[in-house]
Amino acid sequence: MVAIEALADKFNYWVYIVIMMIGLYAMVSKNNLIKKLIGMSVFQTAIILFYVSIGYKDEATIPILYHDQVHGAHHAEEGDHSDEGAHHDETHAMEAIAKEATHHGNDHAVDADHAEVDEHEADHVIDAHVMHNESDHAFEAGHGGLDIDPNQFENPLVHVLMLTAIVVGVATLGVGLAITQKLYGEFGTIEEHEIIEQLRTGND
Amino acid sequence: MIILIFLILTAFISLRVKDLLSAAMIFGVYSLLMCLLWAGMGAVDVAFTEAAVGAGVSAVFLISTILRTSRRSSD
Repeated sequence: MVAIEALADKFNYWVYIVIMMIGLYAMVSKNNLIKKLIGMSVFQTAIILFYVSIGYKDEATIPILYHDQVHGAHHAEEGDHSDEGAHHDETHAMEAIAKEATHHGNDHAVDADHAEVDEHEADHVIDAHVMHNESDHAFEAGHGGLDIDPNQFENPLVHVLMLTAIVVGVATLGVGLAITQKLYGEFGTIEEHEIIEQLRTGND
Repeated sequence: MIILIFLILTAFISLRVKDLLSAAMIFGVYSLLMCLLWAGMGAVDVAFTEAAVGAGVSAVFLISTILRTSRRSSD
């Protein structure tokens, strides 16, 4: 019963393990070089699936701020939020950054304490940052602020990392296929055991 | 849940089938299912990139290589 519950609860992770092992099996035991490369791609996407699953939260939406959430938050606008609230002009964002820079010096320690106290999701770096932002508003009451809850949004850090991983994956696939074409030109086959056979009997 | 099961099936079939061209196409289907899964999990940027790069460019690379070499596979 417990086993079935664990299986259903973390189904993403079980699927990730299965797909990863399928890819590893293909890389190790397939003879065809293109099959090996397909296996490598399957392996990479399995890892990306794992990381995206980490960033997922129930009841959470995509990590983008909507207009009404940014409204009235001119003074709290920080450098990393200025791209999300695109309707604010540049000068305003610059002003806010300068303001923040002067502000941060004195109450940084207090903020760190604050974020740890209501650590709901404080292990996520981004969430910790948003919380930091929120606790800032407690200090500058009357300035208004972003009324956002970190639990409302998924963790965008893993998404950004995996974006890079996808691009690296297609690059390695391209290099592998180029080497496969070169090998075909040299040996006239893309089967690994035939290439090894030709090398053993002496191609010279 | 259903997408995840189809994901395992397509990964398995694309490595199982002997014709490399159909293996490449089924791999494209696998990438597209993965993209749907990520869009459902809220990683829209990752899903976009996977749809363009995984299902598009990878399939083109594979097909062009298969057309330049041989289409049959021994396993």
